[in-house]
Amino acid sequence: MIISLIRSVAAWCEDRTGLGALIGPILTHKVPKSATWWYVFGSATLMFFMLQVVTGICLATVYAPSASEGWNNLHYIDSSVPYGWLLRAIHGWSSNAMIVMMVLHMGQVFIHATYKFPRELTWIVGVVLCLLTFGLAFTGQVMRWDQDAYWGLGIGASIAERIPLIGSQVRALVLGGPIISGETLNRFFALHVFVLPGLMIGLVGWHLMLVLRHGISEMPRAGEPVVRSTYRADFEKRVHATGVPFWPDAAKRDLVFCGLALIALVVIAMWNGPIGPGGIPDPTIIDTNPRPDLPFLWIFGAVSLIPPSIEVFAFLIAPALLIVGLFAIPFFGNQGERAPSKRPIMILGVVLASTAVGVLTFQGATSPWSPVMDGWSALPTPTEYLAGRTPLERSGATVLQFAQCRNCHSLGGEGGLRGPPLDDVGGRLSYDQLIRQVQQGGGNMPAYGKNLSSAQTDAVVRFLSTLHPSNRPSAKTGG
Amino acid sequence: MINKSNPSDEQARCRGCECEGARRDFMLKAGIGIMGVGAIAAGLPILGFVIGPAASAEGLVWIDLGPTDQFPQGQTRFGEFVDPHAAPTDGLTTRTGCWIRCIALGSFQVFSVNCAHLGCPVRWFEQSKLFLCPCHGGAYYEDGSRASGPPPRGLFEFPWRVDNGRLHIQVGILPGLEDVKP
Repeated sequence: MIISLIRSVAAWCEDRTGLGALIGPILTHKVPKSATWWYVFGSATLMFFMLQVVTGICLATVYAPSASEGWNNLHYIDSSVPYGWLLRAIHGWSSNAMIVMMVLHMGQVFIHATYKFPRELTWIVGVVLCLLTFGLAFTGQVMRWDQDAYWGLGIGASIAERIPLIGSQVRALVLGGPIISGETLNRFFALHVFVLPGLMIGLVGWHLMLVLRHGISEMPRAGEPVVRSTYRADFEKRVHATGVPFWPDAAKRDLVFCGLALIALVVIAMWNGPIGPGGIPDPTIIDTNPRPDLPFLWIFGAVSLIPPSIEVFAFLIAPALLIVGLFAIPFFGNQGERAPSKRPIMILGVVLASTAVGVLTFQGATSPWSPVMDGWSALPTPTEYLAGRTPLERSGATVLQFAQCRNCHSLGGEGGLRGPPLDDVGGRLSYDQLIRQVQQGGGNMPAYGKNLSSAQTDAVVRFLSTLHPSNRPSAKTGG
Repeated sequence: MINKSNPSDEQARCRGCECEGARRDFMLKAGIGIMGVGAIAAGLPILGFVIGPAASAEGLVWIDLGPTDQFPQGQTRFGEFVDPHAAPTDGLTTRTGCWIRCIALGSFQVFSVNCAHLGCPVRWFEQSKLFLCPCHGGAYYEDGSRASGPPPRGLFEFPWRVDNGRLHIQVGILPGLEDVKP
């Protein structure tokens, strides 16, 4: 009786809505049997994006997108709104998780050359989605409206103004005026919650439609190249013969992986708490150390390496070439072998690119090129470097400290890493060479000729000359 | 359907067709035209609103940093001012720092805190007479000229003048490579 009632209600719903007829074939469409665990990253990216939409809407119900209120408001969300801290934590860490999954998904698609005929457009839409994701990450960092957000905008503005001819107009367009102000935050808020997610939702729909239209690709096998004239028919024949329905055969792996990823995300979010906000966004507080969020650390690292002479190329042309190159990938090698074993140069490219991004991210996080701003005032001089020294040499140790040398140079492993450690400098450079280096600078060191008296320079160099390994004498001029 | 035995009828019908077709055609063209005018009418203000900040040339404004005698000769001091374009909703954001160097009596240099590399705030170190940037290690001498690191030029300087014993500087824009030529 009840069962028949439920059945008739269900039948009524299906008759009037037609939803089952619409979604059923999509859910049960056949996918290649070989599409297994490699294929879960796209689903996980989508899941984290949906989580971003839901938590983002929740946060938008409380967040005040205002330069005068935003920063305080985040503290209010963290401390006074029920589960506010956790939602901010999930939104922040899920953003990182989405980028990780997206990069893995893109890597899988590249390694397996899924972008080849007929799936070129799926890749291109995917590249746009990738750019939108980074756009959302950057605009999201601005929403915190802390010191990192303020100075991060300054970095963005500095890059924008390097565009020839219209640089300052582009910068004003980005900032919403001649300076970073309240309108800047509101501009980025509109981008973060309306423009970019709107584009994202539309393009995710298109991306999925294209996946359905061209079918999920099979695992590549060496000796089975893509041939434009026969690929489609062969693919359909194979999928028809040996494929499995997406639901439940393929979807169960997505469920397991996405479920584990979601649990891990919630644990990470609870463990680490919300990201930021950092210091109060008062630009007169210059005792700050601006750093971008995790997804941008590699760019932060890369720009430290750029000499002024190639700035325009590095800031503008190189990123444009990179993006055009990503779009163009499916049109180079549109046919042919998909198996990684047959595409060693492409795989080498993946290895090189991921190594570069990994190293630059690590460098960006540790930033050895940055001076240790309190190195001169906070670090002790190792006692063994003072023992047995003359008063003059000891006074040189004081000059070394007060002239901020240790902001860039280390002694006993403590201090800046921008310049070489000074522990054995006396064994490498003679008294005369040291005098010249201190007075004239060079090799990325400022000249101290005008800033130190000759007595101070003499003292510091006499101290430095005592720093050499016990088994190696002081360097002598011409020796 | 068309009755071929009656040419006059056919002609009349076709004239009607043509007439109706032409009318439909005209309606479509008129519709596209009217919609186009409407789209321009609605689109121009939207465009103007969005690109307004880029098109408007906000003027530079002279502001007062205080009496000159608070800046000792031969020293570099931190100064603060509120940007002249500040609005109440800007909060603390329009507070701005600068480095004021008094070279000699009545002779100044006023530097933006923004590093010429990527705009991070440089800090002054009195003892070594250097400005250092915490982001990528740009370094500048006392006179603002580039000492080392990635900056392509020296620190940005604000135009200054002394008026009735008070130091004034011209501000109103985030200093950048395009605006402040070396």
